[in-house]
Amino acid sequence: MNRIQQKLQEDKKLLSLYFTAGYPNINDTMSILQQLQDSGVDMVEVGLPFSDPLADGPTIQESSTAALKNGMTTQLLFDQLKDVRKTIDIPLIVMGYFNPMLQYGVEKFCAKCQEIGIDGIIMPDLPLAEYEAEYKSIFEKYGLINVFLITPQTSDDRIQQIDAASNGFIYMVSSASTTGSQSGFGNTQSEYFERIANMDLNNPQIVGFGISNSDTFQAATAFAKGAIIGSAFIKHLTAHGADSVKAFVKTIR
Amino acid sequence: MITETQESYQADERGYYGDFGGAFIPEMLYPNVEELRSQYVQIMQEPSFQKEFKALLKEYVGRPTPLYYAKRFSKKYNTKVYLKREDLCHTGAHKVNNTIGQILMAQRLGKTRIIAETGAGQHGVATATVCALMGLECIVYMGAIDIKRQAPNVARMKMLGATVRPAMSGSRTLKDATNEAIRDWINNPVDTHYIIGSVVGPHPYPDMVARFQSVISAETKKQLLEVEGRENPDYVVACVGGGSNAAGLFYHYLDQPDVGIIAVEAAGKGIHTGESAATSALGHEGIIHGSKTLLMQTPDGQITEPYSISAGLDYPGVGPMHANLFRTGRGEFISVTDDDAMQAGLELSKLEGIIPAIETSHALAIFETRKFKPDDVVVINLSGRGDKDLNTYIEYFGL
Ligand SMILES: Cc1ncc(COP(=O)(O)O)c(C=O)c1O
Repeated sequence: MNRIQQKLQEDKKLLSLYFTAGYPNINDTMSILQQLQDSGVDMVEVGLPFSDPLADGPTIQESSTAALKNGMTTQLLFDQLKDVRKTIDIPLIVMGYFNPMLQYGVEKFCAKCQEIGIDGIIMPDLPLAEYEAEYKSIFEKYGLINVFLITPQTSDDRIQQIDAASNGFIYMVSSASTTGSQSGFGNTQSEYFERIANMDLNNPQIVGFGISNSDTFQAATAFAKGAIIGSAFIKHLTAHGADSVKAFVKTIR
Repeated sequence: MITETQESYQADERGYYGDFGGAFIPEMLYPNVEELRSQYVQIMQEPSFQKEFKALLKEYVGRPTPLYYAKRFSKKYNTKVYLKREDLCHTGAHKVNNTIGQILMAQRLGKTRIIAETGAGQHGVATATVCALMGLECIVYMGAIDIKRQAPNVARMKMLGATVRPAMSGSRTLKDATNEAIRDWINNPVDTHYIIGSVVGPHPYPDMVARFQSVISAETKKQLLEVEGRENPDYVVACVGGGSNAAGLFYHYLDQPDVGIIAVEAAGKGIHTGESAATSALGHEGIIHGSKTLLMQTPDGQITEPYSISAGLDYPGVGPMHANLFRTGRGEFISVTDDDAMQAGLELSKLEGIIPAIETSHALAIFETRKFKPDDVVVINLSGRGDKDLNTYIEYFGL
């Protein structure tokens, strides 16, 4: 069983954190991962920076631009993660945009992920139809779980299709927005969270976008299996430096 | 004027031109794009849509645009050159053909808020114009750097009632303005229609925009029949930024093998200077703005910033139709430097009394090196007029 699937079976709400590799400093990747694990974080999305991150708000855009300026590349990230499984045993997901993966070579990319011990991939701009037609067999060959997104606008039919195509969890985007654009959850979110919970999907859901503190984490996980924090964590790293991970996690739970 | 040809160089049902196209979009955009995809052909074919579209093109845009035989230009290059006068369209370029079509589409989809991206400001002006015409809210994203470079067009958009929002991310030019428009659409999924300005973006945009622009070649066929006794020229020539004026002129000739297709890209300061926008020469297959196509990028897949003296050709990708024309060899791709384009613009002004947009000047410049036979009939898309470029012409020639 994949580490993600194992983690999802634990009887607890999962806290997952996103950070942009190469930010704030080019060589922070391993140190941030270690601190996240030591702080009790359940799972990590390692962001592969892209020049044109369409689904991201200003915070992740800026961290991506900075990471690229620092010299981050796909190959460098893989090199940094070479020995990650000697010290880190929580599930690791690479999150990025499809073009860098395409240029590296989809099969080569997946093979490298398996070799390193990456468990899953989130590529927001690789949609379901293209994935199933062209890339599914490659992801599966290397034991990688592909995570799809749903939003409040996603129709029930499509959610069912996405559920059928998933074998880990569904990434539930909290509202119609890019990352980091929200400051709290209202009734619309609660209704949406509840509606999805009542669909009895095969895959558990983890909520992302707009989770920034203990309150939003609680609200998101009232119905869902877990929550992902991205922009708020990046902002914390910007303000307090790459060694301050523990302090941030403490504010969440 | 809008046909249902599904032949080899047209888009297939999934929005692919050969290897290129598709819809590589985040799930947040899926409902919007799917709504459009599932309805665009049907809506465009409705008689009421056709009637309104044709009436606006005629009475508001001023179509049909003339097909003008450029006598002195032809003599100089010893061949027969016709200019398809898109510069005479309302707002000064072909861009308005597309914005008229898309505003009617947006209305039929029940949208009340319009967003667009713009580089030089031509598409922004054409979008602001149709929004004023229909009384719809209009927000135009424009790179912060372009806002400074293209002040007159910014003023035009404001006069037309549009809000111009600066794109502050990345390189703060056209590609970033496009990113911002896409982000806006993600944040406003219900009431908003995104009017893309060229044959780029996720399916169905490239095909939809090409269909709206196809009026250019539909008219050319009729007009050429009258003056030359045949519908098909020997060559069609157009400049390519994203590729919409080219797609419009090529459209009804794509599957006519007797018509040569010539696409002209901006070489900037020279293809190998690092300051160029010649996507076919410098690009590799990848994903930009939701489409699989040729684009300028680093080996690591980061999209790079193009350069051209002409803001309208300054895009790091090219529409999937053109990527396919290039890869299959159906199209001949030529790139033209800033200097050669500027000279060609000056030359047309002096020979024919027509000051072209600098984008168009690139297409005119090929005659110095690409020779045609004396009885070849060559149609050039005169995609826009040079008013917007006067400052660049003034600075370049010290006028
Ligand atoms: C006059 C003119 N021609 C050509 C272009 C390039 O766009 P496209 O390749 O989509 O025709 C522009 C873009 O602003 C333009 O204003």
